[in-house]
Amino acid sequence: MIEIKNLTKIFTVAKQKITALDDVSLTVKKGEIFGIIGLSGAGKSTLIRCINMLEKPTAGSIMVDGREITTFKKHELRAARQKIGMIFQHFNLLSSRTVFGNVMFPLEIAKVPHRKAVKRTLELLELVGLTEKAEAYPSQLSGGQKQRVGIARALANNPKLLLSDEATSALDPQTTRSILKLLRDINSKFNLTILLITHDMNVIKEVCDRVAVIDNSRIVEVGDVLNVFAAPGSPVARSFVETVIGKELPTELLQGSGTGDGQTEAVLVRVAFIGASAGEPVISSMIRKYDIAANILYGNIDRIKDIPFGNLTLELSGPSRVLQDAMDYLRSRGLEIEVLNNV
Amino acid sequence: MFDAWLVERLLLATWETVYMVVLSTVFSYLLGLPLGVILVVTSPGHIMENKPINRVLGWIINAVRSIPFIIFLILIIPITRLLVGTYIGTVASIVPLTLAAIPFVARLVETSLKEIEWGLIEAALSMGAGTWSIITKVMLPEAKPSLILGVAITAISLVGYSAMAGIVGGGGLGTLAYYYGYQRYDNSIMWPTVIVLIILVQGVQMLGDNLAQRINKKRG
Repeated sequence: MIEIKNLTKIFTVAKQKITALDDVSLTVKKGEIFGIIGLSGAGKSTLIRCINMLEKPTAGSIMVDGREITTFKKHELRAARQKIGMIFQHFNLLSSRTVFGNVMFPLEIAKVPHRKAVKRTLELLELVGLTEKAEAYPSQLSGGQKQRVGIARALANNPKLLLSDEATSALDPQTTRSILKLLRDINSKFNLTILLITHDMNVIKEVCDRVAVIDNSRIVEVGDVLNVFAAPGSPVARSFVETVIGKELPTELLQGSGTGDGQTEAVLVRVAFIGASAGEPVISSMIRKYDIAANILYGNIDRIKDIPFGNLTLELSGPSRVLQDAMDYLRSRGLEIEVLNNV
Repeated sequence: MFDAWLVERLLLATWETVYMVVLSTVFSYLLGLPLGVILVVTSPGHIMENKPINRVLGWIINAVRSIPFIIFLILIIPITRLLVGTYIGTVASIVPLTLAAIPFVARLVETSLKEIEWGLIEAALSMGAGTWSIITKVMLPEAKPSLILGVAITAISLVGYSAMAGIVGGGGLGTLAYYYGYQRYDNSIMWPTVIVLIILVQGVQMLGDNLAQRINKKRG
C-alpha cells in the first residue's frame, strides 16, 4: 500500500539544516495496521505528513497504492488526498460547523452531489455512533466524540488508507481504548490500511500488526508487534516495550533474599511467554517434574492482538544440577528464559 | 434649544453620516477583504506562499495607512473627481473614505484570519481541498465572529473619518459641527452633534458585539 524508499527530509530553520528524516525506507502492506513509534522529535510526525505530502520530502520516493506521490501535480495530489484519510491529535474540527457539517465537509470538497453527500454523512455518523450528536457543535463534544467525528470525516470519501497522527494522545486511557477499537473495527470491516504514529507502546500493542521504531530520524527496527515485544532488537525498542510490560524489578529483589547453603542454590529468572505457552500450566508442571521450589516475585500477562503475552520473574531454588534441567525444560516448552542474577 | 430647525438639521446630518459610513464600509470590504485574504495566504508557509506579492502588498498598505486622513483626502481629490465628478458632498466623500479604509480593513482581516489554528487548514489540505475551498469554507467561516468585530471597528473609525471629510464639505455630522459649532462657536449645535455621534458609535459596537457573541454562543 505504501512503499517508502530512501526518504529524507531536511528542514532549514534560521539557516540551519535540521534532518528530520534520514534515509527512511518502509513498506506498509494492504489491509494492515502499521504503527510507527518514536519519542517526540524522532521524526515520526514528519514521516506521516510526507505520505500525503503535507510535508514535501527533500529526497526519496513514496509510492501510495502503486503511484509515486512525490511527483504529483497539484490537481493530482488533491485527488489523491481525497483517498487518504487523516485524523489528528487535536481533532482539527471546524468550530463553525456542526458534527454533521464537519463530516460532510470532505464530501463537499470532493464535489459529491448534495443528496448523496447527506446520505453518506448519515451513514458515517451511524458508523461512529454519533447520530444523535449530528446537530451539536464540536465544542459541545467530549474528546472521544470529537475523535469519532474526525474518523467519520476521514472515512467520508472511502479512502484506501487512513493516516493517524497521534490520534489518541490527547485522550484518557479508557477513551483511547474505545477509539482504538473503532479503528480496528473499520480496519477489518473495510480492509482499510491504517498507518499510525504514536509515542505510546500501548497503542502499538492494542491495534498494530507491525511496528517500526523510529529514533533520531532513522528507522531502527521493523517487525511484527509480537516479535518486537518478545525480543526488541534496539535499546529504544526495549525501553518502549518496558513501558508496557514493566520489566524493571525493584533492586531489593535483585539483591536477593534467599541464600545458598552449598547443596541448594537459588536463581532469579525471568520467563517470557508468547502465544500458546502462556495458556499452559508450564510452571506447575515444571515444579511437579523437578524437585525445586519456585517463588513468584513478579508477573503479568497481556494480550497482543488476542495472542497472550506475558512474563514472570521467579526465584527458583533447588540443587544446582536440577535447576539447570528445570530451566532447559522451560526452554524446551518454547519459553524465553533470562537469568537475572544468581542469588 | 430643540427647535424644529435644529432637529431637522441633525436628522439630515445623521442620515448623511450613516449613508457615508455604511456605503464606505461596504465598499472598503469589497476590496479590503480580498486583500486581507491575499496577505494571509501569500505569507510564508501558508497555502499560496508568495514573497513578492506579500511584500509589495504589505508595503502599499503601510504606505497608504501612514498618510493622515485629512491629507489623504486632499491628495486624492483628482481621483474623487474622476469617479464622482466632484469632490464636494456626501457621495464624493465616500471615495476617500473607502480608499483610506481599504488598507485598514485588509490589516483587520489579516489579523482575524491569522488567528485560525493551522491544524484546521492542514486538515482541509489533507482532504484535498484547494485554495478557494480553504478560504471560503474554512478560513472565513472560522474567523466570522472576529471579522464581524472588525466590521464594527471599521465602521466606527469611518464615523470619525467622515467627520473630517465633513470639514472639506463632505456633509454629515462633521460639517454640521464644524460650520455651526466651530466657525460660529455655537455650542447649542455642537453638543447634540457629539451626542448623536456617541450614540452612533455605541450602537455600531453593540451591534457588532451582539452578532459576534451570538455566533460564538451557537458554536458553544
